[in-house]
Amino acid sequence: MKTLKTIFGALGGAWLLATSVQAGLNLVVTTPDLASIAREVGGSQVRITTLARPTEDPHFVDAKPSFIVKLNRADALVEGGADLEVGWLPPLLAGTRNHKIQSGQPGRILCNAGIAMREVPTALTRAEGDIHPLGNPHYVIDPVNAKIIAAHLADAFARLDSANAAAYHANASKFTATLDRKLAEWTAELAPFKGARVVSYHKSWPYFAARFGLQMDLFLEPKPGIPPSPAHLAAVIARMKEENARVIIVDPYLNRKTAETVARSTGATVVDVAQMPGGVKGTEGGYVALLDYLVQTLAQALGAQK
Amino acid sequence: MVGVTVLIASAVGARETNEIERLQRELRELREKMQSLEEKLNYAATNTTSPAPLEANRPTPASAPATPAKVWSPSDPLRVGRGGVYADLGLVGTFAVGGSTAKDIEGGTQLGGHDPNQNGFTVQGVEMNLQGAVDPYLRGNANLLFSVDSGGESFLELEEAWLETVTLPGDLQVRAGQLLSAFGRVNTQHPHTWGFVDAPLVNGRFLGADGLRNPGVRLSWLAPTPFYSELVLGIQDSHGETAAGFRSDGHTHAGTVGDQLPFGYRHAENDRGVRHVTDLLFTPRYVVSFDLTDEQTLVLGASGAFGPNASGSRGDTVTQIYGVDLYWKWKPARAHAGFPFVSFQAEALVRRYQLGEFDWDEQGNGGDADGDGFVDAGCLTEATGLTPAVLARETVTDYGAYAQLLYGFRRGWVGGLRLDYVAGERAAYERAGLLLADGTGGGTPLGRDPHRDARWRLSPNLTWYPTEFSKFRLQYNYDDRRARGRDHSVWLQFEFLLGAHAAHQF
Repeated sequence: MKTLKTIFGALGGAWLLATSVQAGLNLVVTTPDLASIAREVGGSQVRITTLARPTEDPHFVDAKPSFIVKLNRADALVEGGADLEVGWLPPLLAGTRNHKIQSGQPGRILCNAGIAMREVPTALTRAEGDIHPLGNPHYVIDPVNAKIIAAHLADAFARLDSANAAAYHANASKFTATLDRKLAEWTAELAPFKGARVVSYHKSWPYFAARFGLQMDLFLEPKPGIPPSPAHLAAVIARMKEENARVIIVDPYLNRKTAETVARSTGATVVDVAQMPGGVKGTEGGYVALLDYLVQTLAQALGAQK
Repeated sequence: MVGVTVLIASAVGARETNEIERLQRELRELREKMQSLEEKLNYAATNTTSPAPLEANRPTPASAPATPAKVWSPSDPLRVGRGGVYADLGLVGTFAVGGSTAKDIEGGTQLGGHDPNQNGFTVQGVEMNLQGAVDPYLRGNANLLFSVDSGGESFLELEEAWLETVTLPGDLQVRAGQLLSAFGRVNTQHPHTWGFVDAPLVNGRFLGADGLRNPGVRLSWLAPTPFYSELVLGIQDSHGETAAGFRSDGHTHAGTVGDQLPFGYRHAENDRGVRHVTDLLFTPRYVVSFDLTDEQTLVLGASGAFGPNASGSRGDTVTQIYGVDLYWKWKPARAHAGFPFVSFQAEALVRRYQLGEFDWDEQGNGGDADGDGFVDAGCLTEATGLTPAVLARETVTDYGAYAQLLYGFRRGWVGGLRLDYVAGERAAYERAGLLLADGTGGGTPLGRDPHRDARWRLSPNLTWYPTEFSKFRLQYNYDDRRARGRDHSVWLQFEFLLGAHAAHQF
């Protein structure tokens, strides 16, 4: 009986403690890439809960009830704003009962504000696969976009927590400066491979490709979200041979075996990549670590075939 | 004095720093805008010179960089989907084809109102969903279901239509309108989200062919616990055909057994209206959820449904239904498009149903309206066959459960297995040796009430989702009804989805 009392007492105490420590902003961020930028900008003034895991398919995250609790207690929700989370965020939002994160509130932060979206469809038809009405939502992987997001987050955090406004802006400036410096390095590292063809599984890399001058117009999926068919793969293989494309990139949640099969027939190399920090080993450090990894592994793979 | 000077100086200094920071920021923003514009120019330039892409990936005019959203004009076609519309409109069409060895498919082997209902083809339902923000305070949702019954007659059902508050103080939420009662899991899900072709037997038997739903209101509270914990109370009308088990009209979807004898072997008296608040249907529910690991989630719930029923003529009998439910799902950290996964779901229900007194001598003529000296055909008599049956008030207990396992073994493919069981405790009226009079002094002995007799069913199935907007499902049902024997059914279900797809609740 006494042990029981102690346990309950301890649990109660821990809970009280957990709920009473309320310094800074309590943020819920939908995906790990945005979370890593929010971490740079928010610094020690924010607590971040990330919903999607770095290795999972960000289009298909389960709308777990525990997420509703996290959203219910958030000061702000940071989301992509381009429908990447459309399959799981709306049912969560319906149950949060949190006015701070409702549409139009300062606590509802859409990161695509000010981003030049690519592939915005002029006609919506699912005959073209799972296309997003607001354009290709995988825009965070472009470092220039990351700078825009950081500045936007700093403004949004400053509005919500004016006491720490200076810190948020300073953090964002620092992060931007780092990205500017790194971007020069990354561009230089990939410069020798300008125009090189890289095959990807899903059409999630156009922003990265455009930034670093790579050609990414061959996909293992025949249409976005449609599983690869043998006929399509045969066409891809033929095209890869023709174009001498020797690198296939695969995100952690995609079927690596399909890529390996294609690689065997073409002599290509399969490279593990991710758009989420922590999605592949060695990228846990955050956004810059992820870009470092991507640039290095791609340069290595492309360089190996020269 | 010195202190004040320092303060002023530092304030001025701070203002200057702020000013510099502001200018820096503006400069940075301008630079970014320039970069972004350059981007667009470069992209446009490279895009026109790039070699022709692979046939299937040829960019539609779509792949141009962002252009300002086109303003909709009344002459444009009305587009369905997210963005640029006031409501999301979606349509799900579900159909089945197959056959069964059973002679009484509709309401017999298949208890769900949208189950396959005949040999050959069935329109299980074409469901239209509209939802969106009503205003900053409310959101609205409506589900209209079009269907065709086994007789070829078209009908329209208002499945749900409700408004819901967005943010009330105290973590409360109110939903009001026509709504599915928050009882267990299957009852609140629309048929196209089920893992099987048909409704579980226990749901069909206790909560009705179309599920427990009625006009009313539902109040829910998200408790301030570290884990998900929600308390829900529904208050709804207790009459109408979608309040089966309460003051429904005893209608069972053109059922064969139902046509012969009503539930509890006594007719229902429904038209007394609502005289007191206890004449309404109350459905409390408590649900909790835990993330066992990063890859496993558990949801546990307990539900109740309490309200008057229509049995007997006194109008003071009540029904109590209790249920517990469990849902567990595993999805690995590297799942692609939601696969692979394993999920287990089970619900167990108990029903305590008060049957009212009922005298089969309704006209007071000894059950002999035609005056031939015998109790008329179709009337229930005592074991002697000579006098109409007089049924005493009693409370009967029924129980049932289902458990289902779904295994998404590769992308787009799900194997499923479900076990159903329902039974009832033998009641006094089933032991009384009653006869169904044949009009000539004799009759057919009645035993167990077919609405309450034991039966079980085993249903393996296989589903293929070409994309998340279409599916094909093949299911086999092995049915064992104690009084009627065994039946085999095979159904192929096919479904398409147009427009907005309301993301599913977990």
